[in-house]
Amino acid sequence: MRRFLLFIPLLLAVALGVVLFAGIGKDTSALESALIDDPVPAFELASLEDPHKIYRADVFQDKVVLLNVWGTWCPSCRVEHSELVRLATEEGVPIYGLNYKDNRDAALEWLNNLGNPYELSLFDPQGTLGFDLGVYGAPETYIIDGEGIVRYRHVGVVDRKVWTEELEPRIRQYREES
Amino acid sequence: MREFLLISLLLLGGLAHAASESYPLDSEAERERFNTLTSELRCPKCQNQSIADSNAPIASDMRAEVHRLVQQGESNEAIMEAMTSRFGEFVRYKPELDQRTFLLWFTPLIVVVIGVAAVALVVVRSRRASSENEPVLSETDRRKVDGWLSENASPSDNDEAQGRS
Repeated sequence: MRRFLLFIPLLLAVALGVVLFAGIGKDTSALESALIDDPVPAFELASLEDPHKIYRADVFQDKVVLLNVWGTWCPSCRVEHSELVRLATEEGVPIYGLNYKDNRDAALEWLNNLGNPYELSLFDPQGTLGFDLGVYGAPETYIIDGEGIVRYRHVGVVDRKVWTEELEPRIRQYREES
Repeated sequence: MREFLLISLLLLGGLAHAASESYPLDSEAERERFNTLTSELRCPKCQNQSIADSNAPIASDMRAEVHRLVQQGESNEAIMEAMTSRFGEFVRYKPELDQRTFLLWFTPLIVVVIGVAAVALVVVRSRRASSENEPVLSETDRRKVDGWLSENASPSDNDEAQGRS
């Protein structure tokens, strides 16, 4: 019994080691969205291309889409843009854009120059929908299912790895479910 | 050196100033509430700062929203709820007590209780051990032993013993 007690510090140290090791390499800045499994918040935003065309939350009602939050002021958005274009053109993924706290002309020029991967673009200059979604930086990419429910959020750049490991399997899953 | 100090001071002043956009409120109580709430909400972008000291754009948006809600006369709970429904429990510096946060709140207490119990156990054991050791010799035995010890301990005896061997 006494002998066993001597091992307690060792066991505690090993347990601490396991806990700390599990944290290595984790991106602590990526938070899970508070809206997972909740519907997209109600909004009323103009189209980026056409100020008179108003979109509401019902645009998310027919298929599984990616909602990509971006702005021309955001350098990482430029990094991921070519991948978004590839996803839209080669993989046929429906992507909706949320142009966040941006300038309309600058955003349109960006899409002209770099290609437009978005099936539709919401223009959110005040960041109101962004705020309700809990966007805390750009880029962020959400998976929204056919019922308009937020299913997943990726914070940061979407690249080939993120697509194949995080987004694609989930999109496939929600497509099958709906 | 002096220029360096001056520039650092100016920069520090600028940083301190950046967060203090003006949020006019009517009463002292509301101002106090606004200050408490913004210092108890964590910035989701910078993570180690409250939204009161953070310069991140999202912190500024959150301050503006807290300000709006305080002005509307919303309760502290409603404002916290409005923030956590968007940004998650993460933004609370003081998370609510529920099943998931139980360990977070009570680990320190549990560790203290275990420590006190361990100390108490050691103390009780050593007390018991010393009290059990006391009556090993009866009074007469002890006098005998003391007698022998003092005989053997006399220096002349020792010298003789060493000389003989």
